[in-house]
Amino acid sequence: MADKRMTDTEVVSRLRSGMTIGIGGWGSRRKPMSLVRAILRSDLKDLTIVSYGGPDVGLLCAAGKVRKVVFGFVSLDSIALDPHFRAARQSGSVEVAEYDEGMLQWGMYAAGIRVPFLPTRAGLGSDVMTYNPELKIVKDPYGGDDTVAMPAISLDAALVHMNRADMYGNAQFLGPDPYFDDIFCMAAEQAFVSCEQIVPTAELTAQSHPATLRINRLLITGVVEAPGGAHFTSCVPDYERDEQFQREYVKAAADPQTWQDFADRYLAGTEADYQAAVAARRQEVLA
Amino acid sequence: MSVTESAHTEAFVDPETVTRAEVCVVACADAFRDNGEILASAFGTIPAIGVRLARHTFSPDLMLTDGEAYLVRGTWAVGEPADGDIEGWSPFRTIFDLVWCGKRHVMMIPTQVDPYGSTNISAIGAYDKPKVQLLGVRGAPGNSVYHPTSYWGPKHSTRVFVPTVDMVSGVGNDRAAAAGPGASRHHDLRKIVTDLAVFDYHPDTGALRLASVHPGITVEQVQAATGFDLVIDGSIPDTRLPTAAELELIRGTLDPKSLRNSEVAG
Repeated sequence: MADKRMTDTEVVSRLRSGMTIGIGGWGSRRKPMSLVRAILRSDLKDLTIVSYGGPDVGLLCAAGKVRKVVFGFVSLDSIALDPHFRAARQSGSVEVAEYDEGMLQWGMYAAGIRVPFLPTRAGLGSDVMTYNPELKIVKDPYGGDDTVAMPAISLDAALVHMNRADMYGNAQFLGPDPYFDDIFCMAAEQAFVSCEQIVPTAELTAQSHPATLRINRLLITGVVEAPGGAHFTSCVPDYERDEQFQREYVKAAADPQTWQDFADRYLAGTEADYQAAVAARRQEVLA
Repeated sequence: MSVTESAHTEAFVDPETVTRAEVCVVACADAFRDNGEILASAFGTIPAIGVRLARHTFSPDLMLTDGEAYLVRGTWAVGEPADGDIEGWSPFRTIFDLVWCGKRHVMMIPTQVDPYGSTNISAIGAYDKPKVQLLGVRGAPGNSVYHPTSYWGPKHSTRVFVPTVDMVSGVGNDRAAAAGPGASRHHDLRKIVTDLAVFDYHPDTGALRLASVHPGITVEQVQAATGFDLVIDGSIPDTRLPTAAELELIRGTLDPKSLRNSEVAG
C-alpha cells in the first residue's frame, strides 16, 4: 500500500494556476487552513474556488489568488460575513457562481457519481437562474414536474481537513458533522487530506465507530499531518474555533495597513512559523 | 384561595408588563402551531425562543436541533448549550435531505422582502459589483420551493419591505406560480413576523397581507414602515398577548438573560 504522506508544499506543487479547487469544511468549521496558507505562499493564481465558504475564501481573495468563487454562502459563523470576500465582491474583482447550498452538494455529487447533472426543484423561481444563465430546466421524461438540471461540478483538486487519518489516506471525523468532505473528494481528480494527527490504521477504530471513517484511501492522493491545521476555524473535539483570533482577522481586514501587518505577522512564513506566531499571540493575550 | 381564584390569578396578564419582544416570541411560536412532526428551524433570537415555546406547549411533536448536528428533545435557554435527550443525528447533509423531503418549516431573516414574499439575503445593488455583499442565497431557493417557509424581520422598515428585491433568494408567491409546478407544488409561504406586525398572504393573489399589529402599534405605522401598499383585508386585530404560563416560560426558562430585548426593544 502506498504511503501517501506529504508536506503542504508538495500538495501545492501538484496544483496549477487556473485550476478548480474544492475546499471542504463549512463556514468557519474544519477548514484545511494550513493548505490554504500554503497556497497563499505559492505563485498559484486564477483559481476557481468551490466552497461552503468561510475564511478560506476570504484569505484567498485577499491574496489575489481567486478568479471565481462557486458558493452558496461565505460566512464566519460567529461573525456573519467575511470581510475580504465582501470587499472582493464589492470591488467586482471576483466572478461568482452562486447556487443554493443544496445545488452545490448536488453538483459535486453529480461529478462524483459521473452523471452530467442531477435534477432538483431548488433554484426554480429564484435569481439563481437569472445569474447562472447556463442552468437548464429539464422536462421529466416520465411526465412529472420540470426541474433544474444541476450540472456536475468537477474539481481538479479537493482540499479537506479531518481529525485523524492513516498514512494511506483513510480519514476520520471526530466532531458531530462530517460536512461534505467526502463528496468534495469524490468530485475531484486529486484529493488531499490534512489532519490533526496521522495514526496507525487500527487506532482509528480503537475508540470510535467505523462510520467515522468517512473518507476512504481510494479517494485520496496525499495525506498531510497538520496539527492545528484548521486554525482559526473549529476542529472539534481537538479544538474550538479561535474566536479572538477570528475577531483579529476581521478587524485587520478593515484597513490595508493593518491587513499588511496581519499578513506580515502570520502569513509570511511557513506553517510552523504561523503556528509559532499564533502561540506567541496567545502568550501575549494571557500576559 | 379557592381553585377558581387561583385559576383566575394564573390567567391574568397585565398588558403593561408585556414587552414587544415577548409579543414577537409568541407570534413566532404561533407560526409553528399545528405543524405536526417536522423539523422547526428558526434563525434569530426571538424565533429560537418561539419554536422552543411552541414545542414546550402547544406543538410538542416539533423537532429541534442543538444548532450543530444533533436533534435534541428538551427545553433550554436561548444562547445556552442544548440540554435534553439527543433523539437524532442531523449533520448538514441530513438537513439538506430533510429540506428536499419537505419535513421542515424554516423561519429565516431576510434583508429585503417584496410584496409577494420574495426575499433577498444575497447582495444589495448591481449583482456583478454589489453595493453590499450579504451572506449569499444559502438554502433560501430550495427552502422556499420545498417546504413551509416563514420570515422574521426584527427591524421592520422601508429598507426591508421594498417594491422589488435586488436578488431573489427565497421565492415569492408570484414567482413560484410563474415558474410552474416544479416550483409551486411544494411552495408554501406561511407567516412574516416583524417587530411591528404579523403578515400572511392573500389566498387568491398571493400578496403579503397584514394579519395583526402588535399591541400599541397602529396600521398606519406599519404602512409607513413598508415600502409598498399593504393589503389590508377588513379590520386588523391586535397580535395576541402571551398567556401567563407562556410569560413565565419565556422569562424564567427560555430566556432568563433577556436576550430577546436586544433583538427587539420596547
